Parts: sequence; structure tokens; C-alpha cells
Amino acid sequence: MSEETKIGPQEVRHMAELSRLEVSSEEEHVFAGQFAEIIGYMDVLQEVDVTGIAPLYSPVSHESRAREDQVQSVRSHAEILANAPKADENYFIVPKIV
Amino acid sequence: MSELFYATLSSVWDLLQKKEVSASELTQLCLKRLETTEPKLGAMLTVDAEGALEQAKTLDRQGPDPNCPLWGVPVTVKDVILTRGLTTTAGSRMLENFVPPYDAFVVERLRKAGAIILGKANMDEFAMGSTTENSAYHAAHNPWDVQKVPGGSSGGSAVSVAAGQCFASLGTDTGGSIRQPAALCGCVGMKPTYGRVSRYGVIAYGSSLDQVGPLARSVSDCARVLGVIAGHDPRDATSSPCAVPDYLTALASNGDLNGVRFGLPKEFYGAGLASDVAAACEKTLQCLREAGAESVEVSLPHTHAAIATYYIIAMAEASSNLARYDGVRYGYRSQNITDLESLYVKSRTEGFGQEVRRRIMLGAFVLSSGYYDAYYKKAAQVRRIIRDEYLAALDSCDVLLCPVSPVTAWPLGQHANDPLKMYLMDAYTLSLNLAGLPGLSLPVALAASGLPIGMQIIGKAFSEAQLFSLGQAMENLLPAIGQPKL
Repeated sequence: MSEETKIGPQEVRHMAELSRLEVSSEEEHVFAGQFAEIIGYMDVLQEVDVTGIAPLYSPVSHESRAREDQVQSVRSHAEILANAPKADENYFIVPKIV
Repeated sequence: MSELFYATLSSVWDLLQKKEVSASELTQLCLKRLETTEPKLGAMLTVDAEGALEQAKTLDRQGPDPNCPLWGVPVTVKDVILTRGLTTTAGSRMLENFVPPYDAFVVERLRKAGAIILGKANMDEFAMGSTTENSAYHAAHNPWDVQKVPGGSSGGSAVSVAAGQCFASLGTDTGGSIRQPAALCGCVGMKPTYGRVSRYGVIAYGSSLDQVGPLARSVSDCARVLGVIAGHDPRDATSSPCAVPDYLTALASNGDLNGVRFGLPKEFYGAGLASDVAAACEKTLQCLREAGAESVEVSLPHTHAAIATYYIIAMAEASSNLARYDGVRYGYRSQNITDLESLYVKSRTEGFGQEVRRRIMLGAFVLSSGYYDAYYKKAAQVRRIIRDEYLAALDSCDVLLCPVSPVTAWPLGQHANDPLKMYLMDAYTLSLNLAGLPGLSLPVALAASGLPIGMQIIGKAFSEAQLFSLGQAMENLLPAIGQPKL
């Protein structure tokens, strides 16, 4: 692992926070060890010379084609709300925000 | 009709067309097979006996349709692919009660082709894993030895095909998830070119890597299923407008191995390859040479960087894709909440399994401020190098031929606490997804241990017809491995 990339319980807590996840104090230590090993392994990339190489984010070779926007009714309110953990006839329900 | 469950899809399709067997009889046979084998195998997460029988009855009433290439054929579908009205969990507690309001594109196509959907196949949670042990419900077992893993993440699909529970299955392949379980379970699996098959209605893991493909008991059966599910879909902008050839016609003109140049990437035949797998590959090459094929050594020099490149990209995409599970619109919601923030955090923490949380956090890390350039952007640059090396290698031969898994199926639980070691097992499969190219995994031998060994043929983008043709020629040339004794 590069000198500047240290993974300890504090970094694990930060990664969890970014991910909207919680880690127990026991997990913090397990993950810290595993992450240090995994991210350390990723450092193999530091040795690859990528000067002048453009990133490849997708292997798609065809050009995206634009289309006209069309108003369509694809699915009903009831169908969409059917999987909600909590809903009334029209809305998803979450805890009070303001 | 005792061993009919092991027949090929093409042969049962003929029987169905001639009305020598009905769709209902065949469906009942598969349901019976599921009933007797599932306690040992755990290939399925949901079996829809009622729905399947009803569908079969409807088809029987209408009579065989020669224009439907899967008419009356019972199949299974990996549980990461949406099926309208049939619970789809992605192997996760997060989606335990999720009933999709629509069918994935590939499921629409299956239904139109007359297939009967028996149920949803087991998998690693959100397709993250190489053994199907990461399923939140139960592990799946290899039908050749139930103490061994079937591979993953489409392990349930491979098991259901290899065990004669169905005649084909749909899996997904993000880093080897079709090809590796096919190899470990002794069946045929095709990972199509990125964009060949629409991802509409497929629960996303790594959107620039994911591709749906078939698993079946013969190359021709895989070709038949891919012919059904391939094609452009305006609802997936990455699906290709490139015309779909008739794969079965391509197979009819029997592939000739004479003069075919197989490129052998030397990095895939080095240290790390188990001796029984290496010996099976060597023996296969010998058979191919005797049939008039040539082999040339090629090089993919950045293979050593492929695992790191792949996992950085896959985890980054996973952390973005899985952000949608927030406990609001669908999926698991924690009961243990006080405000909106705790609704998100508790629902995600309780709903996701450990490997999924690990990958989301690592993905968030490689995308985070200060690390993005060193990890994510760098990986995307190395990805281009890896892709270009594949294309260069394919310029000096017709196709590449290499092992799928460095070892045969291993005991359940073996790498349970060592995620990095598990990632390293994907060395021969994942670079193909980085390159977006197609690969056909097919069984070539049984090891002395009685476990199947597979090899993969890799071609240029949209060369699936050529891969099927060569795969079928290899299938005809090599001794069949037979079926597991269950």
C-alpha cells in the first residue's frame, strides 16, 4: 500500500459514513485488516505507466442516439407503491423531516 | 422418460413439436426433479410450480408453434433478473419481499419464445461472489460433489442446468459469473459481448461490466437461447443496434477446426494453474492440433493488473448502483429508526450482507476525494490498456483459448474469511468483462477427482456465432463428460 494510504478503524468509519452504512466496533477492526490488504493489493496499478492513455469507462462502441421525449404511462401508481415498505394511496411515507 | 431431464434443450424441443411429450408433462418432470434434488443442491430461491404448470397448460391448449424456439421448454432464471409478479431478491435480504411490477427484457423474450419459467435461481447476493455462498438464503452445492461449491455468482443457474432441473438457465456475468460456475459444474455458458443483450430489468451491479447470458447442457442449446435474448432494446442505451445473426444456422454448417488458429495467452497458463486443470488444457490442445487446428502463443502483458483494475471498477460501480437501496421506495426498511438519516443507515446496514457492504465501502473509497485519480481513474486507464491488448492478441489468431478457473470446485467454506484470496480466483475470467468481449465456457474433461474442468473460447466483439461454431466442433471432438450421479 502506498505510504499515504493508511487504513485503520477511523478510515473504515469514514468509508461507512460515505456509504450510509454502520459498522460495529468489532467489524471496524476486521474490515480495517481486510481493506488494508485489498487496497494494498490494488497498488499494483501504481506501477503501470498510463501516460497519454484516456480512461475507458465503458466498452460500448456504438454512438448513443437521442430520441424525442414522449409522455407515456408505463406503470400505475398502485404498481409502483406496491413494493414500498410504507405508503398510503399516493405517496411513499418516511419519518418526519421538518 | 426417466432420464429425459438430462436431454438437451434442442432434443426436447423436437419432442414437443412432434407432440411426443407435452409442455405440461415436461414441466411436471422438472418439478419432480426439483423436488428430489433440491434438498441436496439448493439451486433455487423460488420455485413457481403453479405458475409454470399454468403456463404449460396454456401452451398445450394452443399447440406447438415452430416459430417459438423455446416452446414448452422449462427454464430457470437467475434471481437478479426481474420477473413480473414473481419475487426477485438478488439473493439479498434487502429484496426479500420484492415483487417486480415488470419483466426484464430477457424475460419478455423468453416468454415470447414459449419458455416456461420454473423459478428463480440462487446466487451470491447482488452477484457479488464466486461460490454462491454469499447468498443471503442458503448456499448452493455442486451436483458432482455436494461438499464442493458450484462457483458463482450464477451458481444456482449452473446447478439447475447440470442437475437436470431445467433445460437452460439465464445467468449474468460481471467478472466470470456465467463462465466460472458453468466450468465448475460441467455445463456450457456464454458471456456475450457487452451490449449484445439488454440489461433492462436486470438488477445492476457493475453497469459497464454486467451482461446476461445463457447456461445449458450443449453449445447448440446456448446458441438457441442467446438467439432469443439478444438484440437491441431502446430501454437500455448500451444495448447494441448491431444485427443479431441466426446462431443456429451458423451451427448447421458444422464448424471445421482445420486451420483454425487458437491463441494461447501465456499469462493464463503459468503459475497458479492447478496441475489437473493444466493437464486437461494440454490434452484439449493436443486433440485440437490432431484435428488440424494450430496454436500460437499470444501475450496479454497486463494480466497481472487485471484483478486490481476489475475490482476497483466493479466496486465503484456497485457503490453507486446500490445507493438506490434506501428503504424508501422498495426493499427492506429497518424498524429501528428515529429519523430519515437513520432510516437510510439502519435499513442498508441490516439489509445488506457483509460482502456487499465490503464492496460498497471500498467502492466509496476509490471514488472519494483524494483517491479518485489514484484508484478509479487509474483503473479506467489500465482498463483501456487491457482491452487494447486483447484486441492486439486477437489480431494474430482467430480466437483465444484458455482455462476458466485455476482450480476445480473447492470445498464449501474454504475461503470464507479471506475476501482477497477469493478475488484472486477470478483471474482468468474478469479481464474479459473489462474488455467487453464475448467468451464461451465449455466442459473439456473430468479431473481424477471426478470434478469438471472447463475452458473458454474468447473472440472479438460480436463474434458469438464463431464462438458457438468452434465450441460445437470442440464438443463433437472431445469425449463427453457425462452427467453427475445424484
